[in-house]
Amino acid sequence: MEIKDFLEETTQATGASGYETQVASIFRRYIEGVSDEVWTDPLGNVIAVRRGPRENSPKIMLAGHMDEIGLVITRIEDGGFLRFTKIGGIDERTLLAQEVRVHGRSTLTGVIGAKPPHIQEPDERRKSVPMDKLFIDVGLEEEKVRELVSVGDIATIKRKVISLNCDTLAGKAMDDRAGVAVVLATFRELVRLKSQVTVYGVATVQEEVGTRGAQTSTYGIDPDIGIGIDVTFADRDDLVEERAKLGKGPVIAIGPQVHPKVYQRMVETARKRGIDYQIDPSPHPFGTDTAPIQVARSGVASILVSIPLRYMHTSVETLKLRDIEAAGRLLAEFISSIDAEFVEGLSCF
Amino acid sequence: MKEILTKLTRLYGPSGHEEFVRDAIKEMVEPHCDEVIVDPLGNLIAHKKGSGPKLMLAAHMDEIGVMVTDIDKEGFLRFTKVGGVSPHQLLGQRVVFKNGTFGVFGHEKLDDIKDLKFEKMFIDIGATSREEAEEKVSLGDVAVFDRDLVEAGDRWIAKGLDDRAGCAVLIKVLQELSSSPNDIYAVFTVQEEVGTRGAKTSAYSIEPDLGLAVDVTLVGDTPKAPTNAVALGKGPTIKVKDALVLAHPQVKESLVEVAKSHGIPYQFEILDNGGTDAGPIHLTKSGVKSGGVSIPCRYVHSPTEMVSKTDMDNAVKLLKAYLTSVQV
Amino acid sequence: MLLKELSEAVAVSSREDEVRTLLKEHLSSSVDEVKTDRLGNLFCYKGWKESQPKILIAAHMDEVGLMVTKIEKDGFLRFQPVGSLDPRVLVSKPVVIGKEKVPGVIGAKPIHLQEPDERKKALDFKDLFIDIGVDSKAEAEGLVSLGDLVAFSTEYEELGDGIVKGKAFDDRAGCAVLAEILKRDYRLGLAGVFTVQEEVGARGAEVVGKTLEPDLTIVLEGTTAADVPEIEEHEGSTKMGYGPALTIMDGSVLPHRPTLDKLLKIAEANDIPIQFRRSTKGFTDAGSLQRGRGGIPTVVVSVPCRYIHSPACLVDTKDIENTVALIVEFLRSVEQEGVPS
Repeated sequence: MEIKDFLEETTQATGASGYETQVASIFRRYIEGVSDEVWTDPLGNVIAVRRGPRENSPKIMLAGHMDEIGLVITRIEDGGFLRFTKIGGIDERTLLAQEVRVHGRSTLTGVIGAKPPHIQEPDERRKSVPMDKLFIDVGLEEEKVRELVSVGDIATIKRKVISLNCDTLAGKAMDDRAGVAVVLATFRELVRLKSQVTVYGVATVQEEVGTRGAQTSTYGIDPDIGIGIDVTFADRDDLVEERAKLGKGPVIAIGPQVHPKVYQRMVETARKRGIDYQIDPSPHPFGTDTAPIQVARSGVASILVSIPLRYMHTSVETLKLRDIEAAGRLLAEFISSIDAEFVEGLSCF
Repeated sequence: MKEILTKLTRLYGPSGHEEFVRDAIKEMVEPHCDEVIVDPLGNLIAHKKGSGPKLMLAAHMDEIGVMVTDIDKEGFLRFTKVGGVSPHQLLGQRVVFKNGTFGVFGHEKLDDIKDLKFEKMFIDIGATSREEAEEKVSLGDVAVFDRDLVEAGDRWIAKGLDDRAGCAVLIKVLQELSSSPNDIYAVFTVQEEVGTRGAKTSAYSIEPDLGLAVDVTLVGDTPKAPTNAVALGKGPTIKVKDALVLAHPQVKESLVEVAKSHGIPYQFEILDNGGTDAGPIHLTKSGVKSGGVSIPCRYVHSPTEMVSKTDMDNAVKLLKAYLTSVQV
Repeated sequence: MLLKELSEAVAVSSREDEVRTLLKEHLSSSVDEVKTDRLGNLFCYKGWKESQPKILIAAHMDEVGLMVTKIEKDGFLRFQPVGSLDPRVLVSKPVVIGKEKVPGVIGAKPIHLQEPDERKKALDFKDLFIDIGVDSKAEAEGLVSLGDLVAFSTEYEELGDGIVKGKAFDDRAGCAVLAEILKRDYRLGLAGVFTVQEEVGARGAEVVGKTLEPDLTIVLEGTTAADVPEIEEHEGSTKMGYGPALTIMDGSVLPHRPTLDKLLKIAEANDIPIQFRRSTKGFTDAGSLQRGRGGIPTVVVSVPCRYIHSPACLVDTKDIENTVALIVEFLRSVEQEGVPS
């Protein structure tokens, strides 16, 4: 149940891109017991390491991003209402009537309001309310608001994790606290496995604004193999059937951003160990931490492993715990199958 | 400040052709620095040595412009943009090439002025034939707005204030900063307008502990402007975010602290579109804590950019105070 | 005050049980008699039979919500609104379904998969569904039935300065006021009626109006406070924090003018802030109660609430207290002077 606790604790914490320290300290607390060393780099990436048997053991890096999409206050209106813009790709349509936390001098609960519908023209009601017409209402007098909140302060969606049926969880920021949870799960699995390699578990920052933390952390680590762990669109997301299914195991991407030998070994490991997996044909090598990992320094053999997730970038992102656990098992088994010889072979085409 | 700014804004310096600006700045800062070098891409790196951590400040020397892509047999020039130029800003403008050749803009017959596109426009340099035109300009030559600086009350109006205003602030800082415990690299960068390229390579070689971009920022203080709380004359802005960087909270907060303790007015910059040199700086190698101080500017990327004198003075004060007191 | 419990209780129109039970338990010791009728309206009588004049005060228990109309083959639930609901407030919100409060979420297509045009279009009920986490229709059917009612899952929370956030303040604010009023004693006949099904056409009030024949009826409502950005002042209805709002006209009623004048005087004499509800749109139980039988003088007094009919509303508890004070003072004056005429 530790993984579920971790997921609840981290998704309910605040970690808008650039402001990930709350999530970072929770991650540190959980991973410290299964790591040889944990540190934070200049941009805020948290790096945990399990050292291999030798100084020059091959290096494998796992990366899940800690940041979530968020809001930033741009103006305080008469009456103390707050205008805002977004950090990362928030769907404006999910914001109306949403509860938020405004992280000012103290943390305030607010509600996102708009012009009441009965005052809107019928035409207006058929359209979504654009972000510049929305505002946050924290219910306090203007003077108090100005005292507690300043332009530039961050706001995040307020959402407790909802336990749905059949091992399903819904909440905000499952993208990509689920990926960070996989890093933790992998480290925990590695405790009981033999490993020839040094493993870096990185909780990255600023993925949602352009995979920035992965770029700098990969530079610092200089790994041989890099594994980006993110979430991927699941069934129902666009009402077609060909997406990954919730509960059917981690999703292994295949495409330009994936090293063919790493892919092959990953799939073989899953088969050998009887771990459910799904395949995501991914023609575009962009959008997740794997993209900068692959091209860091002189190049890294990279792969992308994802957790199926419904309703991405809403505040009710939905997933199954067992997919995270299975991903942890798969990655740990994969890591323990890697030796220097395999790593050497990665440059031989 | 007026002298510096008048001189800098008058100079020709589109992206990739920053040499006049660089020479002028070099002359102004050299007496005040321990070392001034020019790197392979043309960035001017002014180093004021200190025993403390490495601080990198960046203001870009380049400005937007238009580049000749074709010369027709009547001597008209077709062109493309260098940096963020929009067609409607060009109508009625005069531009100048590096060799002093002037040009003005015309356009083909349009049913609706909304159809105005670069493809429908041309530059007229007064030539009557291709041969005559080619004596003055070649394909690939770049022209910039020709417009001198004027004063209007507390405001300055000129072309290229983006980012000669930032350069001027940085020059002043170097000239006036007496001593600092920090190791300061003031970098006058190239090619910001085409993708913050100079900052990327200069930050790679400097490997700073902290990075600050000194640039201009958009405002929301004109009639029916977009929602933006920044106004001219209310102080320099401290960066929260732009399209390329989320300022490190520690950098943002330490700037606020310095501004408060020195009684310097400040505002916050939250820019959805448009990036600065802080973008590439913070992604250098293993990452650099970065932020920025910007000068509020109206009508950015037009020939009549407008800034406030007091904002610039306050930006100088803020940076001086910051550089002497900050601890990374 | 009972506002937290009332707000967190679930009572979508026609399934008002939780609110009714809560009120019954809370009020049984304060009143002479508690009764319910066949529709589920809750009647609380105080001195009703023996005393004159007779005053009816009504507040509705129900809230807007959704009804499960289809269980899809993969276990997702389709729904229709119960009451007037802007579908745009539903996206990305948690809900609870049916008596057992099965948790669910209303998801949406990820922004990455939307066309730019799509992003500007409001999502309608037909585009939305509830996800309860099951893997099949059979599993869903074990938890949910067609016709189950769905409510927002919103925690009550104090935001400071007396402002609270919660759901269904329309009309739990009115219920809270009425419950407070019923805890005190009066020298007149008082029927406190908590009605059902207001949000689907004041259907509970319709039978109440035909059942009771008071000398005066007061309807307590939670109404739109439109003191927010994006609207012109003249478009506004009421302002939060400026006291109870008197209706001057709405779609269902022209209120009893002498009573309004009396309420204004009482407010002035007792230093209670008061305002007019400046919108004439909307309807309440007042119409049915005014015209159920031979015609009853009727007024509507409302507590201003921001963002009604959405998952998260705000109300100023000072407005609730002032509404209680206003009505109690008014009843005191009726004890002395009778019903205004």
